[in-house]
Amino acid sequence: MKGCEIVVEALLREKVEVMFGYPGGMIMDVFDVLYGSPIRFILTRHEQGAAHAADGYARATGRVGVCIATSGPGATNLVTGLATAYMDSVPVVAITGQVPTPMIGNDAFQEADIVGITRPITKHNFLVSTVEELPRILREAFHIASTGRPGPVLIDLPKDIQKAETDARMPEKVEIRGYKPTYAGHPQQVRRAGAEIARAKRPVIYAGGGVISSGAERELKALAVKAGIPVTTTLLGLGAFPETHALSLGMLGMHGTVYANYAMMESDLIVAVGARFDDRVTGKLAAFAPNARIIHIDIDPASVQKNVKVHIPIIGDVRNVLGQLNEIARKGDTGEWLKRVAAWKREHPLAYSRKDGLKPQFVIETMRELTKGEAIVATDVGQHQMWAAQYCRPVRPRTFLTSGGLGTMGYGFPAALGAQAAFPDRLVVVISGDGSFQMNIQELATAVENDLPVKVLVLNNGYLGMVRQWQQLFYKGRYASTCLARDARCPTICDGKAKKCPPYVPDFLKVAEAYGAAGIRVEREREVAPALREAFRIRKPVVAEFIVAREENVFPMVPAGAAMQEMIKGIDLA
Amino acid sequence: MKHTISVLVENKFGVLARIAGLFSGRGYNIDSLSVAETMDPSVSQMTIVAQGEDRIIEQITKQLNKLVDVIKVQDYAGEEYIERELVLVKTHTTSETRAEVMQIVGIFRGKIVDVDRASVTVELTGTEDKIDALLNLLKPFGIRELVRTGKIAIAR
Ligand SMILES: Cc1ncc(C[n+]2csc(CCOP(=O)(O)OP(=O)(O)O)c2C)c(N)n1
Ligand SMILES: [Mg+2]
Repeated sequence: MKGCEIVVEALLREKVEVMFGYPGGMIMDVFDVLYGSPIRFILTRHEQGAAHAADGYARATGRVGVCIATSGPGATNLVTGLATAYMDSVPVVAITGQVPTPMIGNDAFQEADIVGITRPITKHNFLVSTVEELPRILREAFHIASTGRPGPVLIDLPKDIQKAETDARMPEKVEIRGYKPTYAGHPQQVRRAGAEIARAKRPVIYAGGGVISSGAERELKALAVKAGIPVTTTLLGLGAFPETHALSLGMLGMHGTVYANYAMMESDLIVAVGARFDDRVTGKLAAFAPNARIIHIDIDPASVQKNVKVHIPIIGDVRNVLGQLNEIARKGDTGEWLKRVAAWKREHPLAYSRKDGLKPQFVIETMRELTKGEAIVATDVGQHQMWAAQYCRPVRPRTFLTSGGLGTMGYGFPAALGAQAAFPDRLVVVISGDGSFQMNIQELATAVENDLPVKVLVLNNGYLGMVRQWQQLFYKGRYASTCLARDARCPTICDGKAKKCPPYVPDFLKVAEAYGAAGIRVEREREVAPALREAFRIRKPVVAEFIVAREENVFPMVPAGAAMQEMIKGIDLA
Repeated sequence: MKHTISVLVENKFGVLARIAGLFSGRGYNIDSLSVAETMDPSVSQMTIVAQGEDRIIEQITKQLNKLVDVIKVQDYAGEEYIERELVLVKTHTTSETRAEVMQIVGIFRGKIVDVDRASVTVELTGTEDKIDALLNLLKPFGIRELVRTGKIAIAR
């Protein structure tokens, strides 16, 4: 078999049903074999779109997402997508063409050292140097991407190897001596954790994306209910615990709920599950949860003891460890604590004022009501992402797809296309901003051509809103390059006095129409629900633009570097 | 505190770049690094000397372990081990000082590996301290050139 045929055979063997990519000279042999193969191929309009789509597919399904691109610029265009997947531990396999082996290192046309470039943003990568090792590398790539702490793996495949013949076979078993993730928790550590839980008076479970990667939502819920512990999730953990549950505290951290952050600060025991104590979660480390003992369950030893001191580390697959823990966990004396937490929930609910224009939060709340949390939601990055995190209240894992670690604007729409490709019959909604959507707006062509009827809700505030919010709060209101309506005739420093700002560019409805998608524009509260119903009814991609209050801010907010209790709570509705 | 860390890795191309990249990308400093093939030609042995608080060193060893091409990591801190470095040092000499230099080298059980009218080249293996001590004594004579390997170590 030729190298290019081995690639497709390996993909079929891994049961890849759909993949995303973009062709070019150095990967044409593989494309030639893909053409007419049973694998559904989705041609995106940018390789970044292909990488995010593979990522969205992976997050929505739990399976490995696959993308492919040519050498040089094709490969470098994947970089942002791979870094996004890496930061959020998403299993993706990327295949790139490379110039023929004898030309590597000669600055050949469209040569880029993509293995060098992606080394720090992939879990592992390979430059294939002989066709004989290709079958093994393909097996290992899928294995590494999907096991342990998942992550993206890149295979760089020179053109001569695609053409070379071999009778090397796909190995049955993968055996990598340097790669042996730990799956079962150490029984003694688990026992100690059980004892801590039974002793705790003010415990909190802090659940992250690891719960979702390992499929541990049932075990998590069992522990919370059995031991009477409230649960807060990270941005990536949204959906790991149903937010409709009485024990749910929603998201914690910089834009988390007041009650989740209070609960963390006041707790005497934090049970961290598949989470990594990111700075957006802990705030100022020195002041973080001063009275808490910490149990940390994670498959990645390097995540443990990295940022905070952990009293009981348990390395293992979260689902296994929670299963072990559930066998021994007993309820502690947490009654008083649960009452206190419930009081915080009553006193400090998420809130916003509905005065002064259409509020972005209202749009998301309405979407949530109409879909009952059943939609798959993908978000972009910015204020709208945080409002989505606050108001979507997902009830199931793998229904909230967002770039948490890297914070990649332009992620949401192509990721949603990946999710929709996996689940053609489900409702897939993108919550995007006017800035973010424009970072991968070209994928409207992909959506239309491939019958991926994704609904893009663009919350148009005319600003790079999240940056504008920081400028308002921390840079004396100087809106440097964040107004997306600004044009060359505006004064160098906006005095806010112009009677009329320049017209907003682009006209999203015309863009939608030009691509053959449907466009809807909404400016008033009462139009929101009907417009959403209409968007969900239409059997094609929809761009629904919501002209929202321009200077609405995301609250609560723990300013960067501040302690968790130095929270700006935002409005008080009382 | 300085830690001597032994790392067994796949003897594949790109592995050194992975290790070096891990250190630079995460802002850790490498004091020295030496690499060579082991008895098994598919495996290389690296000895890395790095400095940092315990927490940093713990992260370094964990991050090293995470690399797919890394087979085994061992931090020798707190263990019994033997360590050696090698130095080649070309010292300025005159006919008056040559004898004294040779005497010093003799005390350290170093070897004179090259001599000419104005210099001698000395080879010495030993611990870091021993090599530092020799260099200190040779300094007043004028060191023209000096090459020093990284540390290698083996458990007792
Ligand atoms: C690729 C990329 N570039 C820059 C940023 C920095 N950034 C974070 S949020 C944001 C503004 C996003 O604007 P928009 O999509 O309109 O969302 P909004 O905050 O207005 O809801 C920017 C520029 C980023 N996260 N990603
Ligand atoms: Mg905006």
